[in-house]
Amino acid sequence: MSELLRVRDLKIGAHVIPPDGDPFDIEIVHGVSFDLKKGQVLGLIGESGAGKSTIGLSALAYGRGGVEITGGEVFINGSDILKDSLGNLRKLRGHVVTYVSQSAAASFNPAKKLMTQVTESCIQHNLCSQSEAEERAVTLFRKLGLPEPETIGDRYPHQVSGGQLQRVMTAMALCPQPDLVVFDEPTTALDVTTQIDVLAAIKEAIRDTGVGALYITHDLAVVAQVSDQIMVLQNGNTVEYGDTEQIINRPAEAYTQALVSIRSAEHAEKLPTDAPVLKVDGISARYPGTKFDVLDDVSLELRPGQTLAIVGESGSGKSTLARTITGLLPQRSGEITFDGRGLTQTLAERSKEDLRELQMIYQMADVAMNPRQTIAMIIGRPLEFYFGLRGSERDKRVRELMDEIELGPEFLSRYPAELSGGQKQRVCIARALAAKPKLIICDEVTSALDPLVADGILKLLLNLQKIEGVSYLFITHDLATVKSIADTIAVMHRGKVVRYGPKSQVLSPPFDDYTDLLLSSVPEMKSGWLEDVIAHRKMESAGN
Amino acid sequence: MSFVVIKLVSQRIALGLLLLLAATVLIFIGTQILPGDVAQSILGQSATPEALANLRRDLGLNEPALNRYFSWLGNALQGDLGTALTNGKDIAESISGRLQNTLFLAACAAVVSIPLAIFLGLLAVRYRNRWPDKMISAITLATISVPEFILGYIVMYFVAVKLQWLPSVAIVRPDMSVFDRFEAVAMPVIVLTFVVLAHMMRMTRAAILNVMESAYIETAELKGLSAFRIIASHAMPNAISPIVNVVMLNLAYLVVGVVVVEVVFVYPGMGQYLVDHVSKRDVPVVQATGLIFAAVYILLNTTADIIAILANPRLRHPK
Amino acid sequence: MTRIPTSALIGLVITAAYFLAALFAPLIAPFGVGEIVGDVWEPMSSKYLLGTDGIGRDLLSRMIYGGRTTIFVALAATILSFTLGTILALTAVVVGGWVDMALSRFIDLIMSIPTLIFALVVLSVMPVTILVLILVMGLLDVTRVYRLARAVAQDINVMDYVEAARLRGEGTPWIVFREILPNALSPLVAELGMRFIFMVLFVSTLSFLGLGIQPPEADWGGIVKENKEGIVYGIPAALIPAFAIATLAISVNLVADWVLSRTTSLKGGR
Repeated sequence: MSELLRVRDLKIGAHVIPPDGDPFDIEIVHGVSFDLKKGQVLGLIGESGAGKSTIGLSALAYGRGGVEITGGEVFINGSDILKDSLGNLRKLRGHVVTYVSQSAAASFNPAKKLMTQVTESCIQHNLCSQSEAEERAVTLFRKLGLPEPETIGDRYPHQVSGGQLQRVMTAMALCPQPDLVVFDEPTTALDVTTQIDVLAAIKEAIRDTGVGALYITHDLAVVAQVSDQIMVLQNGNTVEYGDTEQIINRPAEAYTQALVSIRSAEHAEKLPTDAPVLKVDGISARYPGTKFDVLDDVSLELRPGQTLAIVGESGSGKSTLARTITGLLPQRSGEITFDGRGLTQTLAERSKEDLRELQMIYQMADVAMNPRQTIAMIIGRPLEFYFGLRGSERDKRVRELMDEIELGPEFLSRYPAELSGGQKQRVCIARALAAKPKLIICDEVTSALDPLVADGILKLLLNLQKIEGVSYLFITHDLATVKSIADTIAVMHRGKVVRYGPKSQVLSPPFDDYTDLLLSSVPEMKSGWLEDVIAHRKMESAGN
Repeated sequence: MSFVVIKLVSQRIALGLLLLLAATVLIFIGTQILPGDVAQSILGQSATPEALANLRRDLGLNEPALNRYFSWLGNALQGDLGTALTNGKDIAESISGRLQNTLFLAACAAVVSIPLAIFLGLLAVRYRNRWPDKMISAITLATISVPEFILGYIVMYFVAVKLQWLPSVAIVRPDMSVFDRFEAVAMPVIVLTFVVLAHMMRMTRAAILNVMESAYIETAELKGLSAFRIIASHAMPNAISPIVNVVMLNLAYLVVGVVVVEVVFVYPGMGQYLVDHVSKRDVPVVQATGLIFAAVYILLNTTADIIAILANPRLRHPK
Repeated sequence: MTRIPTSALIGLVITAAYFLAALFAPLIAPFGVGEIVGDVWEPMSSKYLLGTDGIGRDLLSRMIYGGRTTIFVALAATILSFTLGTILALTAVVVGGWVDMALSRFIDLIMSIPTLIFALVVLSVMPVTILVLILVMGLLDVTRVYRLARAVAQDINVMDYVEAARLRGEGTPWIVFREILPNALSPLVAELGMRFIFMVLFVSTLSFLGLGIQPPEADWGGIVKENKEGIVYGIPAALIPAFAIATLAISVNLVADWVLSRTTSLKGGR
């Protein structure tokens, strides 16, 4: 096998223009080297800020925004493309090397038909005639499992779904029959049950066309399915680089070990104890002006000191359930009982006591805090508002809360913008705890965070539950998170609870169809998992 | 053409008509029901009670406001805008020639400024954050900081008086040749161009930048397409709608700029006619001209919205 | 954050100079506002620093007094439009529902007629006094302040931190004054500058058209009108107020730009 891509000591810098102050340059990738043979797949993995997308785009000698390649060599088929003229690079891009981005929805021109865009590279690079290119495209559409492969090209981007668009983008990248495709988080924006299909389609297409690929993702389990080698990156440096099998099973570096073992520990399920702290009974709700129930006859119970996880994909109604319980969206029918007393439908009618005992933590910590208030003010306000604490009494309690979330007192005078994502989420937890609540609703609180940071937040939440005895209603789309935190699980699909019970029961067979689909779609960190699942599903559908 | 588009466009047209109707109400209220007594205003503080009573009767002020509004609206719909108080002439007749003059002036300004603004806007985008862009934005800042009439005198002072290239007032007569006409409006057109150019350029720049920063432009670049192909095939189809919108909004702005510029250059158009009769407190003329200005303004804004609807691929090709 | 960029500093100094000159006009102006002191259109000299106007009044004194009137009227109208517009917009956003609907539609309606045309229509029947001018200009401009303030407040109102305050049980005053207003202030202050410039241009235009400040009171637009005949004879007296208006407008603009750029940096966003 011959060398397709050879990267040596790649250094990448960024030109930063802050709104106040002078522009400056920083280095974001500090000398990375790797090789890729024809027909092989290299996975680039790392958390946000690792520089993985930037490295991927360097295979097209392209810098996004103020990003610039400052040093090193990138050889494609033996020639250093960093020394190429723009004219030569244009011949390379879209012909020899192509690109699949994370958000296909934004990457397609809204004003042009899909077919025109898919075949454009072929036509513009004079690779083949229009009809030949369309033939290639239809073949690829079929191979990628798109519906109506003959006519889907006549549609406009907004007329097909997100998962389909991601596959069309893959077809667009493969149509000019390139030597190398850069996949930049191609399945990250998709729901887990859609992700598995797209992933399988991409893997099959790579195998069938014999194209080489760089596969960029933050999810080690995903990359384990498609790549031959993996390079683990952190802050623009290579942490570990080796065969997939070695990285997954015998990681050498501590950082890689941490990534591999994330959430492998399960939290022991607690048994049902006292009377439920929250009882949701036959709730239905719809948004004003719509004629469609977003929540359809939902009933659930949550015991004190325990965690009820609501699992579902986008559109399942899980966040709407939170809005209904908090009183932001009044239910059309059904009862909510909290701590033995009925909760009123609307927020305005609730007593201060009800409001205090039911707190909420949001997904996006940076917009959940007023940017004009210091951390001390943010945590201090509930103390002042609910308990009338002032002055030194309040400050003392704020410091205690800061201890609980493992942040030092030096943070008290800072503003939210000065904190990292994980620190912000910790402050939001402290703000919720300040009210001494009985129940905290956690709405996707870890999904905007990097895996290791998210893991820290989950551990903190579990620890706090032990100390304070607070209950969590934990809303998430991520089944791995559920395993590590839940006592009881409710699986939601299209506004209905399709499966509900203690964790051990919900996660063991026999499954209903949807839960089976959902559970089996979560990538597992072992090679061959994807093939097994797909084969299993094919067998089952053949059996039916 | 899909059903959704037809529905949205007809809704927008209906809204435009509704706004026009509402504008007639507003103009009527503005001139008739405000605390000022029209008759008193016209005749001044020294007027005799008899003269005031006569004028009130002539103006129909003794009738209920609602009746007066409907008879005014009814007449206006039939093209009868009433007679001027000051000289007793038929307003519609006086207006028609002036309206032509004004539209001629505005059209000339539009023909000069629109291509220029789009060209300069593109230039600013092409050399973004470099000196051409910075110079263009500095000139923009300067021109929007100076009112139209002062711009008029600055141009007049340098072009007509110091350099003596053009006459300092823009007199047009019906018997003038086309060439003379163009020469006469040259200076007002220069001023109007300045007035709308800055806004139009700035908004065009923003509209194109917005499109150029889209992910699909990056996709096009990563396909190795030529710069021309990217702009012509990917940027333009999406930039046309915002640019047309910019142009329409600025034409609406031009309508207002025309009023002042006509006064500066003593140009016999609608604007001068309006200002003249406001100082004479000739209410019927003010109502009629105000209504026409408002109608043109509403028409342009409605057109801008309709073009935006027509250019939206999501609406043209619904799911 | 403590460093003020040069452009903003220049803007601040010039703006302050104009405001101080307006404030202390009687102390600074060498002659009275209506005092005829020399010949018609005398050129600039050590006695008349800016020369004299069309009937022999000292132009510098008229400019200083004129600036006082222009700045006063513009400022008063800005404050009127700003307070009213912001209050209406915040009310509309926080109360929501039909109040928001009705107010927003009404504002749309007023904006369907060009401001200058509407002002001319109204001024054709109203007695032109300074009070009427301020009221007409201020009220007509409420529309623009309302639109901006509503958009800004709307953006903030849907933020999770405002929802968090609602869930905590905070009352409307807390939400408006502690959560929304502090975050809306910077864009609003920048807009305040823009509105003030617009008002200066507006009152000058009206005076120039003979429908603003009435003689013998001086204001910058009026001074242009009084001296416009001179242009034809090559006398640049009418261009002096032009210079004043332009420099004031540009200065305020520079300051407003700076205030606006500070906002984005405080949000911590890029």
